[in-house]
Amino acid sequence: MHQIACHECDLIHDIPPMPSRGAACCVRCGSVLFRAQENSIDRTLAWTIAGLVLYVVGVSFPFLAMKNGPISNETGLLTGIQLLFDQGIIPLATLVLLTCVLIPLLQMLGLLYIFIPLKLNIRVKYAVPVFRLFKHIKPWSMMEIYMLGILVSIVKLGKMATIVPGLAVIAFGLLIFVLSFALSAVDEHMVWEKLGEDS
Amino acid sequence: MKATHASARQLGLVSCHACHLLNRIPKVLGHAFAYCSRCGEELHQRKPNSLKRTWALLIAAMVFYIPANVLPMTITSALGTTQADTIMSGVIYFVTSGSWEIALVIFTASIFVPFLKFTILIYLLLSVQFKSIKRPKNRTRLYRFTEAIGRWSMLDIYVVTILVALVKLGFLADIEAGPAAIYFAAVVVTTMIAAESFDPRLIWDVVEEKHE
Repeated sequence: MHQIACHECDLIHDIPPMPSRGAACCVRCGSVLFRAQENSIDRTLAWTIAGLVLYVVGVSFPFLAMKNGPISNETGLLTGIQLLFDQGIIPLATLVLLTCVLIPLLQMLGLLYIFIPLKLNIRVKYAVPVFRLFKHIKPWSMMEIYMLGILVSIVKLGKMATIVPGLAVIAFGLLIFVLSFALSAVDEHMVWEKLGEDS
Repeated sequence: MKATHASARQLGLVSCHACHLLNRIPKVLGHAFAYCSRCGEELHQRKPNSLKRTWALLIAAMVFYIPANVLPMTITSALGTTQADTIMSGVIYFVTSGSWEIALVIFTASIFVPFLKFTILIYLLLSVQFKSIKRPKNRTRLYRFTEAIGRWSMLDIYVVTILVALVKLGFLADIEAGPAAIYFAAVVVTTMIAAESFDPRLIWDVVEEKHE
């Protein structure tokens, strides 16, 4: 079928031949119907792999160290969450674990699972449910907000002690951009068309 | 973009939530479930019980918003004294200590954004229920805006968890997460789900019905 309904106002549009780059918008409500991307597969893969490397650095190294005379304290994303679990603040610990660790990871692995087979022109099982899941978890990936949280904390604690930003801050800072480039390189319409051909 | 003059609903078609494929509705829908022929997602003409679900989640969020603002967010103990800070007293602390940018960021993310979201969602819900046909395009834009801003309210939750992790025993000061943190997290999660439950196509259904 060469028609599409706007997902915000339900108006039906004929799908026009798209240029290699550009967005098609609904004529009635103005929402983006779909966005065509140049080299979507290659660009998504490149940014996602870069993102995974930064993610590993960001999660495993401490992002802040706090020095007050002889005493020094460091914290990383995982050690911070561990500490919340130890203190019994389980709902908050779970929320941070999900939104800043597990969901971003799942998002990037999901992209690899979809786009590597597309690149190699092979079919894999469960590509359709994986891509559906990818779409559903998207709003719950909140690393960029965590990054802003780190900045606010630096200001807040700067008056109590000396704060030394760690390697993970740089990794996180880059990851936010890299991840958003990866996500915007995804041409959803193209992916669904390709996944649809298989079945 | 070439458009027809009908919505999917008027032509008896259903657009899949996940992959946007147009599906023909099976004649006898009844209570049976229909699934997208391409991606297998359950099909709904409109998000199920959209208005009721959005109202319920919105009211829950507004209830949580009260303890989230009244109870302390962080409890700081230093040199034998303890100090409990609510979201607002944290904002005031930043203003008085000169970091008004940070005060503005926290005020916007924690107090203003949830409040704005409540207001916009209530307006959208009422406008659909009272079958308003005014400015549907602007209302759709408002909806898109609420969907996008909600997540930024998580900021204060993250700040609290970072502070708790960093300022632990061994220091002269100690920061603990207060009871408001949980309520505030609940506000953010419920408003996000509430915004997702609302179906902006309901705005346009009313407009189409008036024209028919």
